[in-house]
Parts: sequence; C-alpha cells; structure tokens
Amino acid sequence: MKALIELKEVCKYYHMGDTTVIAADHISFQIFKGEFVAIVGSSGSGKSTCMNIIGCLDVPSEGVYLLDGRDVGQMNKNELAEIRNELLGFIFQQYNLLPKLNLAENVEVPMMYAGVGRGERRERALAALNHVGLEEKWRHKPNQLSGGQQQRAAIARALVGNPAVILADEPTGALDSKTGREVIGILQQLHAAGNTVVLITHDNSIAVQTQRIIRLEDGRVGYDGPSDAPEAVVIPKAVRAEGGITA
Amino acid sequence: MSIVESLLLALKNIISSKTRTLLTMLGIIIGVAAVIIIVGLGNGLEGYISDSFSSMGTNTLTVMVMPRGATRTLSVDDIYDIVEDNSEYLDLCSPIANLSGSVKIGTETTSTSASGVSEDYLAIKGYAVEKGRGLQYSDISQRSRVCVVGAYVDLAYYGGNAVGQTLRVGGQTLTIAGVVEQQSDHLEEGGTDDFLILPYSTASRLSGTITSYTVTVKNEDDVTESKSALEQSLYAFFESDEFYSVTSMSEMLDTMTGMINILVVVLVGIAAISLVVGGIGIMNIMLVSVTERTREIGVRKSLGAKERYIMQQFVIEAAVTSALGGVIGIVLGYVLSAAASSLITALLDAALTVAPSTGAVLLAFGISAGIGILFGYLPAKKAALLNPIDALHYD
Repeated sequence: MKALIELKEVCKYYHMGDTTVIAADHISFQIFKGEFVAIVGSSGSGKSTCMNIIGCLDVPSEGVYLLDGRDVGQMNKNELAEIRNELLGFIFQQYNLLPKLNLAENVEVPMMYAGVGRGERRERALAALNHVGLEEKWRHKPNQLSGGQQQRAAIARALVGNPAVILADEPTGALDSKTGREVIGILQQLHAAGNTVVLITHDNSIAVQTQRIIRLEDGRVGYDGPSDAPEAVVIPKAVRAEGGITA
Repeated sequence: MSIVESLLLALKNIISSKTRTLLTMLGIIIGVAAVIIIVGLGNGLEGYISDSFSSMGTNTLTVMVMPRGATRTLSVDDIYDIVEDNSEYLDLCSPIANLSGSVKIGTETTSTSASGVSEDYLAIKGYAVEKGRGLQYSDISQRSRVCVVGAYVDLAYYGGNAVGQTLRVGGQTLTIAGVVEQQSDHLEEGGTDDFLILPYSTASRLSGTITSYTVTVKNEDDVTESKSALEQSLYAFFESDEFYSVTSMSEMLDTMTGMINILVVVLVGIAAISLVVGGIGIMNIMLVSVTERTREIGVRKSLGAKERYIMQQFVIEAAVTSALGGVIGIVLGYVLSAAASSLITALLDAALTVAPSTGAVLLAFGISAGIGILFGYLPAKKAALLNPIDALHYD
C-alpha cells in the first residue's frame, strides 16, 4: 500500500546569523490513508517545522517528502499553493477565519482559489457548515461567534475541498476543555468517515485521543506507534527531573 | 480566481473602512477635480476668445500701409484692383479711415468712434441694418454727407428715432441714413454699438486718413493662401515688403489659442503633481494595509492562494480606490466648474463658460485608475512575496 504522506530522512536547517539551527534531523515516517495521527512534541522539538513541511508551507533542506506520491521538495511556490489547495485542509490554533467575511464566505475561500463557480461554492459551503452544525449561522461574522463555533467553522473550511489530509495545528489550544473535547470529537468523526487526520499538539491528553502518536524530540522521531502504548506519553527527562509535572 | 471576484473583494474591503478610503482618495479627488476645472477653464477661455475674434471676423485680412516712404502710393483703386486680380481668394474690401474730429450730437460731444468705410463694410462685419439703409456705392462716389450709426447712438441720443436726424463730425453736418442692429448684449458707451460709419470718400474730405484696408477671403479654410496671394500682389506693387503688412484674425486667433493651450498644459502639469501625491498616499495606505492584513495573506496562502492572486487582489484594491477617487473628483470638478462659470459671469460680466471636455474627464479617470495600479504594485508585490509561515504567525 502506498503511503499518503512519506518523509524520508527529512532535515530542515535555519540559519540565524553565524549559527545553524537544526529544526528537523533526519525525520522519517509514513502516514497512510484513513489514519488519525498525532505529532507530539514540546516547544523546540521540531513539530512546527514538521507541520510546515507536511502542510507544504515549507520545503525540506534535505531528504524527500512525498505527498500522495508527489515530490514536494522539487516544487515552486505556485505548485505548492496548488498542492495546499487541492490536497490539504488546515485547522489552526487561532482559527484564522477572515474577520470581514461571513462564515459561508470564509468557507468558500479555498474553493475560490480552486476556481469553483459561485453557485456551487455557496452550496458546498453551506453543506460543510451543516456538517459542523453551523448552517443556521452562515451569515454571521466570525467575531459574532464563540471560540468553539469559530473553530468548527474553520473545520468546515478545511473540509470543504475534500482534501486528502486534514492538518490540525493545536486545534484545541485556544479553547476551554469542554469545547476542546467537542472539536476533537468532530475530528474523530471525520476520521471515522474515512478522512486522514494529522493533529499537531504539545498536549498528551489530546494526543492520546488519536490512533497513533509520532513523538518528536530535538528534531528527531522519539516514538512512533499506537497511542495506547505506555511509551507514547513519556515525559521528557529534563522536565521530570525538575518535578514540574506529575503524570 | 477571476478579476470579478477580486473586484468584489476590493469593494468589500473599501466599504468596510470608509473613512480611511476617503482620506486615501483625497489626493486623487483634488488632483482630478483640479485637472478638470483647469481644462474646462482653458476650453472656456478659448471659446470666449474665439467668439470675440469671430465677431471681428476670422475671414478678414487687415492690410496696413505705411503712410510715407514708399516710392509709390497705394490708392483705394489700387487695392480694389488687387482684390479684383485675386478674386479666386479675395472677396470684399473696405478702406478704414480714421477721423480725428469728434462726433457732436446737438451740443454734446460724444466718445463715439467714427470711421470712413466702403459700402461693403457692413457686409464684411456681418452687421444688418435695422432701420433706414446702409451705405451705398453712390454715397461713396458722390461723397454724400450721410452716415450709419450703431444701436447705442440711436437709443442714447435720439430715443430710437435717429434716422433722418443730423449730427456733426469734424465740423461737417451728416444725415443719419440708417441704424445697425444691436450687436452686444448690453448697450454701453464706448461699446460695440457705440459707432458711426460714413463713406471713406466723405471722410477724406474731413481730413480723415485711410490707415488700413479690411479684405475678406472667399473661403475661411484658405486664409493662409489668401493672405500670401494678397501679400504677393502688394509686394509686386511696392517692389519691397517694408511698406505694408497683412494680418489675419484667424492667424491671431490661432496664436492666442496656442498660448492658452500652453498655459493649460502647464497648469494641468501642476495639478498632475497632486495626482502623483495622491498616488503616493494610496501606496502608503496600501503598504499599511498589507502589514495589517499579513495574517489574512498568510491564511489565504495556506488555503491555496497563488502569488498572483494575492497580487491581483491588492492591485485591484488600489486601482478601485484610486478610480473611485477619480469618479468623485470628476463629479467635484463638474460641480466646481459650474460654480466657477456662474461666478465669472456674475463678477466679470463675461460669457465665459467653464466647460470640462469629455476627453479630459476620460483622461482623468484613466490616469487615476492607472495611478492606482502603478502605486498599488509595490505594496501588492510585498504582499505576494510574504512567506506564508511568517505571515500566519504575525501578530
């Protein structure tokens, strides 16, 4: 079976003055269609870099990233934009809905760039909003909604183009625990419906609600396996030594 | 993403920040309005001058002859012969004799100007006789003591019954044979209608000297050719070009119009500076807007917006802002032109209409939209080149 996402020895370097920061150090893993994966790591672990590369917002310095069999590393900016539009659905921590547009218009944005016609766009946007229980509120501006509702609208926007991968970057980070659980619930439903969902988080309690955890530590893959294994939620030694966190 | 989509998006953004948009457009509004008013004023001035000149006759040539110095003296008959010789170009002719003596009506000495002319003078001027008759060839040949007066003289001194009355010019009594139809809107002393004409033959007896000849051309389009034909004949007569000069009203009109056009171009150039300043204002605000909307740009890019779509969005927004400013400027320009017209009419008593031309309006609109595109380009380029990762995390 061909992997939907395949990272082969991916490295990412950033140059800051004289020093070179290694943000990703030979990361390799595969994610298959229909999986629900959490990429977990503390800040500086390289999970943001990983998410940027998977999300085609950035290209690897070294190594190969194949998305649906296509070599993303060789693409120019316009091709990357096309790939993002076609294959990826983003969910952000800060929702990132456009404040001047109403919900339906927000959901329509990716389809607008895909060149979908006006009528079909509105139809599909309303269907996607219906999917997250916000069809009634399609005329509302984002600031008229609660955080949870905004995140649901953002999920509708991520869904609407039928992407191959839904990429959620700390989707519960700005929400209280109850609405956070609702959002995770929606992601679980999407997974159950056959979608591939990749969730990036620092929060183990969120990560364990997925099927599989890829833990990143210092730019390397520290763990890659089922989320219910005990090693999946290992707390980094340094933090444990200070006694700051109790598992 | 189509241009229409970008246009709708731009309008949405413009509507959502009205005050800012209005302030941004101000430079363009003022610039466009200024250009329209100046061009309108230029048109009005040109029209006014050309009206004034055509009342003097753009189909006429004026021949001035040096009174002394030439070996031959040009007589009235010589001039008539020359006109006859060039009959394919030249039509009517009238000597103009100035009288030094003043016009006395009853006991009153008036400021009325008196000139000795031929029987064709009224036809040359395009004046119609309202009462009585005009001058006739027999008046010239017999040196009749008659004259024709303007409407002002008729009304002011004779209460409209001038025909048959007498007046004195240079000590000689003349009978008023006719009154010319009123030419100007207002009768006033020293105005267009305050004149007196008498046969040039009579005038020469009253110590009047012929100072110039007015000759009309057959075809107004051939003024230049007619003028050179006349000049050639005069040169042949004098065998020198030092003793005469021929001026044409239409050439003077052309000169004046040319000067006005240069003036208008200079003024429009100055007004155009305001357009450039307005364009810089738009660029400035668009740059601020790009910074403010960095996150939006990041989101749009992450959702699949290509660089050219972002570019298109910002350029169109700048162009729409600028073009909208242009439209407001055009409206303002028209309003102010109308106001200026009535003000000039009221203050200067001159029929000068500030008439903006359609060409100027279209040009102003085109330039303002063009400025938007030009000055929107840099901010749009900046927006398009933003790195989506940085843009997404911008606060």
